Amino acid sequence: MNRIIVIRLLMSAVLILLFWLATRRMKVIPGRGQSLAEMALDVVRVNIAEDLLGKKDGKRFLPLLTTIFFTTLALNLPGIIPGLNVAGTSLVGMPIVMAVVAYVTFIYAGLRKHPGTFLKNSFFPPGVPWPIYIIVTPIEFFSIFILRPITLALRLLMNMVAGHLLLVLCFSATSWFIMEAPSFLKLFGVGTFAFGFVFSLFEILVAVLQAYVFTLLTTVYIQLALAEDH
Amino acid sequence: MLHALIAAAEETPNPLLPAVADLVWSAVVFVVILVFFWFKVLPNVKKMLDKRSEAIEGNIEKADSAQKEAEAALAQYTAQLADARAEAGKIRDAARADGQKIVAEAKDAASAEASRIQATASAQIEAERQSALVSLRSEVGSLALDLASGVIGEALNDDKKSQALVERFLVDLEKSEKAAK
Repeated sequence: MNRIIVIRLLMSAVLILLFWLATRRMKVIPGRGQSLAEMALDVVRVNIAEDLLGKKDGKRFLPLLTTIFFTTLALNLPGIIPGLNVAGTSLVGMPIVMAVVAYVTFIYAGLRKHPGTFLKNSFFPPGVPWPIYIIVTPIEFFSIFILRPITLALRLLMNMVAGHLLLVLCFSATSWFIMEAPSFLKLFGVGTFAFGFVFSLFEILVAVLQAYVFTLLTTVYIQLALAEDH
Repeated sequence: MLHALIAAAEETPNPLLPAVADLVWSAVVFVVILVFFWFKVLPNVKKMLDKRSEAIEGNIEKADSAQKEAEAALAQYTAQLADARAEAGKIRDAARADGQKIVAEAKDAASAEASRIQATASAQIEAERQSALVSLRSEVGSLALDLASGVIGEALNDDKKSQALVERFLVDLEKSEKAAK
């Protein structure tokens, strides 16, 4: 148990509470809370799952994709929530767990859809003359089965860690310039504070964007695994 | 040496390996949220979306049937209106024809009456003229005879003769009248 894990538990509770409240009594004509929840859920349901996977497969993987999106989002946001100030995804465990889930899911999806040919087509893409396989097969293996999960986890982790470091740097500098620096340097505090402010806003974008990217890439991997030819 | 390495490894965890607690709690968080979305939120949303599309379809159907009904009613009203118009036209035509007939009849009756009255009147006039003629003739005859008796001093008692005389006189008179005309 450390601070980041406590933040994860707290944000999960908040996420569950919010969605429980918003979807507790769903009405055909939505209220304000329900509209917001529907809008958020539609981002995953319509814009990601159904667009990329189609209605049928989209529905199959929707719970997983929705969970990945909202977990990532809820754990990214504390990076700019005052008092929490660090993202729940900025410790490697959470990105690893979700990357492993995505990895297992797209391999499962491929094996389930093309039991005989998924692995063969992954290693030996059809339509390539055989000598090329000497180069293509290691590349395909490396990119599909090793790089995909690692990049998923690291992209999220590094984005959140970097954002956190940037904010810490800006606000620590502001604090030092204003409190302790000699008087002719105090004005720099205004500049560093402005940077911190801008990057705080930027971090909101990054939090949403990384949640979207993680979910979208997971969906794309599933889609590629489901496609007839790789 | 080896012992020292193991001890060092135990003391300072490998920076590339994530802490067990980190992984475990991450997994717990993920599973809890997954279960929540899978079995609570998404089924609720799905149920609501189905209900919504049902409601929308139902409303569209209702609107369709209402429109159809309205169209049928309109067609019926239009037909009725056309019927009523045709009926009114018929009645108007009949009334016009009746009126014309009545006027014609009245005219006929009036002219018949007029000619009848005229005929009666002329018949009466003729009859009166005849009677006047007759009485005039007999009177003129007796007057002439009286005059002649006076002139010649004897009574013209011979009726036959006197009658013939009068007749001849009258015929002469008529002739002279006609000549005068």
